[in-house]
Amino acid sequence: MSTRHILLGLLAGSPCHGYDLKRRYDELFPQARPLAYGQVYTTLQRLVRDDLAAVEGTDSDGGPERTLYRSTDRGADELAAWAQGVTPPAPFVTNEIFAKVVISLLVAGTEGGDRTAEAAMYLQAQRAAHMVRMHELTGLKTTPGADLSTVLSADYALAHLDADVRWMATTATRLTTLTAEVDAV
Amino acid sequence: MSTRNENPSGAAEPMIGATGLTKQYGRSQALRGASVTLRAGEILAVTGASGSGKSTLLHCLAGIVRPDEGEVSYGRERLDRASENRLSELRRTDFGVVFQFGQLIPELTVRDNVMLPLLLAGTDRAAAQDRADEWLERFGVRGQAALRPGELSGGQGQRVALARAWVTGPKAVFADEPTGALDSLAGEQVMTALVHAARESGAAVLLITHDAQIAAYADREVWLRDGAVHSGATPFAVQEAAHHEG
Repeated sequence: MSTRHILLGLLAGSPCHGYDLKRRYDELFPQARPLAYGQVYTTLQRLVRDDLAAVEGTDSDGGPERTLYRSTDRGADELAAWAQGVTPPAPFVTNEIFAKVVISLLVAGTEGGDRTAEAAMYLQAQRAAHMVRMHELTGLKTTPGADLSTVLSADYALAHLDADVRWMATTATRLTTLTAEVDAV
Repeated sequence: MSTRNENPSGAAEPMIGATGLTKQYGRSQALRGASVTLRAGEILAVTGASGSGKSTLLHCLAGIVRPDEGEVSYGRERLDRASENRLSELRRTDFGVVFQFGQLIPELTVRDNVMLPLLLAGTDRAAAQDRADEWLERFGVRGQAALRPGELSGGQGQRVALARAWVTGPKAVFADEPTGALDSLAGEQVMTALVHAARESGAAVLLITHDAQIAAYADREVWLRDGAVHSGATPFAVQEAAHHEG
């Protein structure tokens, strides 16, 4: 995720402190790794350097002095271009699950083991693990009062896990053919 | 699946058990020795490709179809040997069924559709109407009570079908692809309503689906491959591959 653009987006509404930006970021993206303070301030400094954000002033609010940042016109343009820009559809073929199936079909995990059966066992176990996670995510998003960002991020994760599960089911039915192809290489 | 083998209430006693079911339709063998247990209060997903025998399994467990071989037990009763009268009584009182397309009666209002199973079971009209309205309310379609099924959206229709399945206070509800004809958001609303109804009423649910996102609502999942039931630890792919390529 582009932290730079997300912070720019959070600044677009009204001027904000680094601390508030971090808090709002963590609220909006609960499934993501919490943003480190260091990263917030480094990103803000770069935004100021590039004239996308500016220092609005400082306040202390009874505590230590804090810098207030705001977005600039250039920042608003940059944000709009990012938000509307199409993200290149990623070729997910380098996924680890895919790699494990190919390697399992290439090399038996145990001496004299049946590679096709081992790959099938792996797919079965992986599918079960996916289903457990999908069950948890479904529980999260259907909990009464679940907030919008939880629902959206759970939906996103569920759709991707579902795609994996579909791929695993198709691959499972093709294992015998795949083993023959790997042997022919 | 081992982490999800018990339902949340902890009740694990078998309610409906099937062993060694076979069923043949003409030259097509729908079930080949299928065994499965539905426990009290659990939501069990049965997944599998189309043609794997999922619907036939549901029909055998719900007493709609008799297996050629094998046993179906409901508590101490043998459904595979029960009389037609007893089976239709059970379908009116103990079992609720929901299909992919709600199969509501188009000439009746939504409310009358939901009242029907109660009226058939001998409940008086006023009491039946109160209970129908109560279940329509729970499924969020009370406002549609006076409409005909043709005036409902797909998701509303399925929620009415769920209300009709639950109105008799069933011990088990059989749902065959209840979201199969719905978009994902309507499907989610139907599944959320189904899970809440199951938890509140304590009814067990047998949920047939080919969709992993729908199966994720269940407490437990089993697969049907070529007419037999498999669970978490069973490797399925080898037979499947051999079947298609052999």
